[in-house]
Amino acid sequence: MHAVIEYAPLLWQGLLTTILVAVLSGALCLVVAFAAGLARLSSHRFLSWPAGIFIEVFRGTSLLVQMFWLFFALPFFGIQLHPLTAAVLALGLNEGAYAAEVVRGAIASRAKGQTEACIALGMEPALRLRRIIIPQSIPAMLPPFGNVMVDLLKNTSLVSLVTVAELTFRAQMIRSTTGQTTAIFLTILVAYFVLSYLLTLLTGWLERRFALDRKALAAQRKESRLMKVGAA
Amino acid sequence: MIWDNDFAVSVFPLLLEGLWVTIQITLLGTLLAAVLGLFFAVLRRLAIPVLSPVVSFFVVFVRGTPLLVQAYCAFFVLPAYGLSFDAFTTGVVVIGVNYSAYMAEVYRSGIQGVPKGQWEAATALSLPGVRTWGRIILPQAVRTVVPMLGNYLIQMFKDSAVLSAITVVELMATAQAIGSSNFRYLEPLTLAALLFLAISYPASRLVNRLERRYAPQH
Repeated sequence: MHAVIEYAPLLWQGLLTTILVAVLSGALCLVVAFAAGLARLSSHRFLSWPAGIFIEVFRGTSLLVQMFWLFFALPFFGIQLHPLTAAVLALGLNEGAYAAEVVRGAIASRAKGQTEACIALGMEPALRLRRIIIPQSIPAMLPPFGNVMVDLLKNTSLVSLVTVAELTFRAQMIRSTTGQTTAIFLTILVAYFVLSYLLTLLTGWLERRFALDRKALAAQRKESRLMKVGAA
Repeated sequence: MIWDNDFAVSVFPLLLEGLWVTIQITLLGTLLAAVLGLFFAVLRRLAIPVLSPVVSFFVVFVRGTPLLVQAYCAFFVLPAYGLSFDAFTTGVVVIGVNYSAYMAEVYRSGIQGVPKGQWEAATALSLPGVRTWGRIILPQAVRTVVPMLGNYLIQMFKDSAVLSAITVVELMATAQAIGSSNFRYLEPLTLAALLFLAISYPASRLVNRLERRYAPQH
């Protein structure tokens, strides 16, 4: 156990890098998700086809291949990315492709009457999306987005394979110098678990915060509680 | 010329060998995950004191930690306690156990989806527990699980690339080895990506179709 305590500052730095990678690629993931998801829904073929190809390619190949491709194969085209850049790009694009499907699905499943009402009121398509369709779709997107984000967080560990010094990378380093494998790996397992647990708590809070009809939900909860009391 | 076609053709057979290992890992891993997941789901549902909460925690813990770190644990920690297997076996077990945690959740929702009347009827007929589970509940629960199993199969196919980090010589590791020994990464990595895509894209189309066919009728 003393290796963990001795090397705690190193592990802490690794944890901070993990969080940095997760936050940066999480932001990229959101941008990609909305850009690709909305483009996929577009009726213009020159928007929806590229988006479709992007989504299928990034969902159809593994993240590790994409990351290695950006890191090892791109230099052959004269582009040498910093490891952190390659890592964030790969993670953001990969998880973004999954999240784009979430965006597409949530928007496509909106009640048709909403769009029709907008058209009847003479709203332009952009305004329609921004004011009506997207805000309504957010609650439906949140639970799957939460899953994508937890996935993203766990996949930050793969970034260690392109030499970004995050938690897993540091753990491997410490393991090879001290040989205290069990203690170190158990520590980082717990660290990852705590991080992903916090992330699920955050999504749960957001889900409640953005629930379509919060008052109705609260009333429902109150009623079910009363019913439980009555049954007992 | 950036893309060297002769080199690409010459390394293709090696990559196909790697792909075959990837497929083997995926099939064995899915089998393990499907069986273990069912086992976990039933154990959780039976609400046995101590055992069921432990299984529940294990499932949540596995879902909350990265596959790579789990693989490292199995590969570096277990040998310290006298349990050492070759990389391939370790890889299959790690990915199988990892996915079993997700499968357990899928089975759980399948079991929950079985109408309450089925349980009551089984009780009314005083069927023993094993037969209730084996003949009544599970056949109905598993039906809804089939398409999800397909989805996880495809996901595992892609995730198995992670096992290259613990020296399992599958598609990704092969591509990387070719790249580092020839100082040319572009062709092997691109081909590896295309091979992944060539299998996972048609497979996901197929699963989509299965999903529609096996959709619950009630």
